[in-house]
Amino acid sequence: MSPATGAPGATPKYTKKDFESDQDVRWCPGCGDYAILSAVQKTMPDLGIPREDIVFISGIGCSSRFPYYMNTYGFHTIHGRAPAIATGLKLARPELKVFVVTGDGDGLSIGGNHLLHVLRRNVDVTILLFNNRIYGLTKGQYSPTSELGKVTKSTPLGSADRPVSPCSFALAAGATFVARTLDRNIAHMEEMLKRAAAHKGAAFVEILQNCNVYNDMAWGMLYDRESKVLHELRLQHGKPLVWGPAEDRRGLVLEGVKPKVVKVADVPESQLWVHNETDPGTAAVLAHLWAPDYPIPLGVFTNRSGEATYEDICIQQEQKAISERGPGDVAKLLMSGDTWKIG
Amino acid sequence: MSDSVATTQTARKPRRTLTRAVIRFAGDSGDGMQVTGEQFTTEAAWAGNDISTLPNFPAEIRAPAGTLFGVSSFQLQFGSQRVYTPGDKLDALVVMNPAAFKVHLPDLKPGGILIVNPSAFDKRNLDKAGYASNPLEDPALGEKYRLHLVDMEGLTKKALEDMPLGAKEKDRCKNFFALGLVSWVYTRPLEPTLDAIKKRFAKRPEFVEANIRALKAGHAFGETAEMFAEHYGVEPAEMAPGTYRSMTGNRALAWGLLAAAERTQVPVVFGAYPITPASDILHELALHKRFRIRTFQAEDEIAAVAGAIGASFGGCIGVTASSGPGIALKGEGIGLAVTAELPLVIFDIQRGGPSTGLPTKTEQADLMQALYGRNSESPVVVMAPATPGDCFYIAYEAVRIAIKYMVPVMVLSDGYLANGSEPWLIPDVKTLPDIAVGFRTETEGFFPYLRDPATLARPWVRPGTPGLEHRIGGIEKQDVTGNISYDPENHDHMVRTRAEKVRRVGQEIPPLSINGPATGEVLVVGWGGTYGAITAAVEEAQAEGKAVASVHLRYLNPLPPDLGHILRQYRRVLVPEINSGQLVRVLRAEYLVDAVGFNRVRGLPLASQDIYEAINQMLEAKR
Repeated sequence: MSPATGAPGATPKYTKKDFESDQDVRWCPGCGDYAILSAVQKTMPDLGIPREDIVFISGIGCSSRFPYYMNTYGFHTIHGRAPAIATGLKLARPELKVFVVTGDGDGLSIGGNHLLHVLRRNVDVTILLFNNRIYGLTKGQYSPTSELGKVTKSTPLGSADRPVSPCSFALAAGATFVARTLDRNIAHMEEMLKRAAAHKGAAFVEILQNCNVYNDMAWGMLYDRESKVLHELRLQHGKPLVWGPAEDRRGLVLEGVKPKVVKVADVPESQLWVHNETDPGTAAVLAHLWAPDYPIPLGVFTNRSGEATYEDICIQQEQKAISERGPGDVAKLLMSGDTWKIG
Repeated sequence: MSDSVATTQTARKPRRTLTRAVIRFAGDSGDGMQVTGEQFTTEAAWAGNDISTLPNFPAEIRAPAGTLFGVSSFQLQFGSQRVYTPGDKLDALVVMNPAAFKVHLPDLKPGGILIVNPSAFDKRNLDKAGYASNPLEDPALGEKYRLHLVDMEGLTKKALEDMPLGAKEKDRCKNFFALGLVSWVYTRPLEPTLDAIKKRFAKRPEFVEANIRALKAGHAFGETAEMFAEHYGVEPAEMAPGTYRSMTGNRALAWGLLAAAERTQVPVVFGAYPITPASDILHELALHKRFRIRTFQAEDEIAAVAGAIGASFGGCIGVTASSGPGIALKGEGIGLAVTAELPLVIFDIQRGGPSTGLPTKTEQADLMQALYGRNSESPVVVMAPATPGDCFYIAYEAVRIAIKYMVPVMVLSDGYLANGSEPWLIPDVKTLPDIAVGFRTETEGFFPYLRDPATLARPWVRPGTPGLEHRIGGIEKQDVTGNISYDPENHDHMVRTRAEKVRRVGQEIPPLSINGPATGEVLVVGWGGTYGAITAAVEEAQAEGKAVASVHLRYLNPLPPDLGHILRQYRRVLVPEINSGQLVRVLRAEYLVDAVGFNRVRGLPLASQDIYEAINQMLEAKR
């Protein structure tokens, strides 16, 4: 249980095991959450952060059981409110490393407002949104990311509302880091988790996750070996946006603000759209792409470092006030302004 | 300063001494009545009077001029004896326009001083107020009241005629003319107002001069005009010696938090969403970032309480504030703090409801919401301040209890306490009770729900403490270990434990102070902002030799341990509340006592005269 201790003051050398709690994991057998949990636990030692300084906060839903399984500080809160709880925690304790674990229902339905605001404020938290396009914990109603016409218990004739794209939402909210990954691509998931955790500011990672009980193979297009090759676009900063089998590579070019799919062989390489993580505008265009007309991008849409976080600005204001006028003194405050003496 | 408004030396008019006076300034929202009232309050405070104030203003930010719903008023009672309320009926009323005249005249005592600005009584304004003819032309008016028609508009304009200001700017000074006049009528010192004008318009010297001229012109007018035959003095009140300041309830709540943060050295994180009448607490705290205060203007009421809970989990003092509608939204969050057993302070500045109700008016109808307004068995500590100044001590005490028992504490203030003010004896902060904060750091034998045997509080652990990593949450947990548990017996045990923890706060409650005989005919039981009205009514009955007493509850959950015994020492129990009978229901259920409510839900404080009559009715009914 206890981590191997290093030099005094240094972060101990952890292993994945140090981050496994003693609680029985209670997700359904075969759930995509297991792979995510394992990847997160495996990534933790690489963060170089003492275990006691890490906090996982969640709302309600299958994904939100996550904190119980992490041997860190954890708080399983109420439906949709984890981003707000995390904001209060970061304002109180900016030095802590805070993760928010949420799902498509928790984060985009009941908690959509809080997700919007934690992102626009650029609170320094890492948000992992497990998107399985279904309500699992309440046993299979459609979610805000379910495709139009989704037949579920609550929509026997098909859902009438159109889905939201989590990454588009995050980008529109002004998130300074937005990425998408897949529960069945462990290596990619670990890379995204590491990069998100290293980001200072609000980092948002959509993890496409399989609910094998209520919405099995929702991401089948990206699981199946053959279709994956046809649809998966890996975003790489500074590299052209290309995908497809070696013999029939496809690429994207931008015509104005409209993306167009081309055969790589048909255009000069200089015409291909080169991915730029620091440009939120083109990231927003990318985030809207989806099969069948376009590829499905996986990777980092945007990564803008160096932007002030909400809590940093608050603390700076506090420090400025103290340095200009000294720390507060309540006895003096009570006597300030208009007072009068009796007796 | 220019002396263009000369003070003519005339024979001094006779001065009559009063023990108390109730005055109301009323006008259009744009007439500056709040400033006038606040300034007159400061003058009375300087003169050493005890004071109670009642600002009353429309919910609309810029209500259409001249309308009945756009009327804004400020009432105060000041006296040489203890003043408990802003007063029921008015000794003097200053009205700036027909709408204010219509709304407020019924509150003026027959024979009271009525100062009217007649130039505002033109056809347009009379129409807006719904008058077919000018009510000032009714000869009965001058017979019923001591009517003074003072052309404040014209006189102010005249006093400022050589000043390079626009007509509108000059007109805006007429409230200071009114203040000057009333200051003369009640012989209040002008010095604090002169200072305030200089401060208020520091960047516009021409406004300083204009307003001072208007003030002095009003004062001189009272002294010289033939219409005022006498004026009045109110001697200083006998008040405890010390340094005083004027204090409103909202500021007192904010400052109580500052004192708690200073004493504990633990920062307060205050999450709030703007809502009337609670927003001023956020504004006040945001001014004081040097005092270990971090304010979070959240995206909604839910995020506000959630942010506070996150801060408490992080080892800071999480506080949120709102009014009734916002508290309703926070309910689930408060329930989380109940089960997570985290310290949390919630201020509910009650207003008229339901729904949006009467945002700027006062009410006491959130008691049941505070006690029971969450799903399942979800007990929290509930406290209520009695006066604006008491809000300081209540806020501090709420933090102390929340930390000591690891429990949410709800404070029920109200719109009247929030905006009303009283002279407040400034305490020595060193004499405030200690607030013990003991963050757990010992790893040996640690469990998240290990309990202190005296308080049943679980340990408060700051994330960042090595070796104490643990998980808590909203799912029912096993006592001691904090592990998720669906065990029926454990749940029953935890429900009882959470209730017992709140019950044990009873050991913190001092014996109730009984105002009056220890046994008797009628006991009046009150809570919150009705303290003044109840005390005044009870003392009036006592002065007539009636066997009446009162107790005022600052703790509503748990109830004071000695309350049950006290209730049985009187033949009848009367419970005045600004709701349709909430505390009375609790008392009847808790103590099987035949308590009777006195209830008015008008958006206004209870009138002490009405309570006095209810006491008398109860005394007579018995016979």
